[in-house]
Amino acid sequence: MLRYTIQRIILALAIVFFAISALYAVMVTLPGDPTTVLLGPRATAEIRADFRERAGLDNPIHVQIAHFWGRILTGDMGTDFNRNRPVAESVFSALPHTVALVFGAIFWSATLGILLGAFSADNRGSFLDRITGVLSVAFIAAPSFVVALYSLLVFAVWLRWFPTIGAGEPGDIVSRLYHLALPSFAIGLAWVGYVARIVRASMLEALGENYIRTARAFGLPRRTVIYNYALRVAILPAVQVLGVGIGGMLSSAVFAEIVFSRPGLGSLIYDSVSGRNYPVVMGAMLVAIGFFVTCALIADLINAALDPRHRSQR
Amino acid sequence: MTAFRHTLMGRLMADPLAVFAMAIIALLVVSALLADVIAPHDPAAMNLVDRFSPPSSTYWMGTDNLGRDTFSRLLQGGRIALYVALTAVTISGLIGLVLGMLAGFGPRWLDNALLFFFDTLRAYPTIILALALAALMPRGLSTVIIVVVITSFAEYGRVVRTQTLSLKNSEFILAERAMGASFARIVFHHILPNVLGPFFILAAMNLPVVITIEAGMSFLGIGVPPGTPSWGATLKDGFDYIRTTPWILISGGLPLILATLGFTFLGEALRDQLDPRLRKTR
Repeated sequence: MLRYTIQRIILALAIVFFAISALYAVMVTLPGDPTTVLLGPRATAEIRADFRERAGLDNPIHVQIAHFWGRILTGDMGTDFNRNRPVAESVFSALPHTVALVFGAIFWSATLGILLGAFSADNRGSFLDRITGVLSVAFIAAPSFVVALYSLLVFAVWLRWFPTIGAGEPGDIVSRLYHLALPSFAIGLAWVGYVARIVRASMLEALGENYIRTARAFGLPRRTVIYNYALRVAILPAVQVLGVGIGGMLSSAVFAEIVFSRPGLGSLIYDSVSGRNYPVVMGAMLVAIGFFVTCALIADLINAALDPRHRSQR
Repeated sequence: MTAFRHTLMGRLMADPLAVFAMAIIALLVVSALLADVIAPHDPAAMNLVDRFSPPSSTYWMGTDNLGRDTFSRLLQGGRIALYVALTAVTISGLIGLVLGMLAGFGPRWLDNALLFFFDTLRAYPTIILALALAALMPRGLSTVIIVVVITSFAEYGRVVRTQTLSLKNSEFILAERAMGASFARIVFHHILPNVLGPFFILAAMNLPVVITIEAGMSFLGIGVPPGTPSWGATLKDGFDYIRTTPWILISGGLPLILATLGFTFLGEALRDQLDPRLRKTR
């Protein structure tokens, strides 16, 4: 397990390194003055000259990438010229909002998805099982930003059950959660479908296993067998799917943050793109990719720890 | 000759959801092809007197802030959605097919390198990468297609690779080799046809994803050029006037939901039919 963990961590670091380096290379090799691209239009001539020297823009591309990572490793992600503060500050003040949003979405999809999936497996072949199956596919198909827009219209604008904008009062946990409910639901809905299907399939598989038959033969209550024994095993594959799904959720979070006017990585990147504020774009990309790769890694390791068969597979 | 009900089409016709899905897709394709004929108004014509009209017999889905007919614009939007989806899925599918077979057939180091390449590409969250690239590239459909291709061909590559690897060592391929079949014969006669099943299922499942990405990018203002009647652009107009004229938002979302439902249900039905393992367990 230790060897597997180390292998996976190295792979994850390599992926982040290459993904970001490639993006940086594209940014500096595009036609035009790379200082405009990397510093934004508001940078003064002095800053440009200084940066040109520090970043070694006259050097070959691989040296520039080395310089870039050298700066990142010392904690210097550049300067956010529009807000006049370090990029790291902008990015890390936005990150918690996006993380909360993504975990809110995971909460929705895990609770609703596991309930639906377990219910379907328990009532296999029934009319309600068919309905749940169709609903799951419909949830998967529904574009999350349309779900966000429609739920904003129905629950916030028409019914006024939920607030339309913002992330709530700082420090007030109830207000925060209240503002989080609708946007995280919009992101999570698609994953309700995925989780429900996977839980249903793996639970049906688990229900056919010998230990379940034994538990039944011993006269344990049906409910205990299904919801305690079978479900426990059936949740595992859902963990993996949600871990990998965080990449998709980060994309959906961009829309949820814009539709519900919430702060976060998505709206930060969106604002920075329209303001040509490239250092922030680069920093936010780095953090977003790092967050996604870390989550996928953790999901992978949890699975490997719980199911040793997983370690030998690629 | 096999009876109709045993052919793929026949089996699909027996599945009510598949029929529903095909009906939606047929409706979308026909309305996109005949958009100019069906459209009751010129989708670009502005009519400031009738701006923000609610749905009526003249304007079936109302008008937007410039008095343009929403229904006619949505018909045109269908063209853009289908064009982007088909082009992007074809390009990324072909790249994935070639790279996946290379990985499956090539030496170990090439396989590892390509797998790492696929994993790296999958680390980019699509819309976030789209935003970053949109900052550098001109606004337009080709940018949308490039972003989709970059973020999606790795998935095809992985599926094709897995399929190729499992086929490469199967007995019938070994037998062919023992009989002295050429490399080209093995690839084009045996591997390719067997790879295509999962490949087409993935492509069908990917069409709605691509349609959503195009609409999403246009919603964010990094997709189609301003003024182009994309579904995403209509949704953006609707979002801007959500409190006063909600019908723009409602009608803008409908075709997108229909399209993604149709293609997803069809993909599901295709997978149930083409993957024999799934057929047995049902």
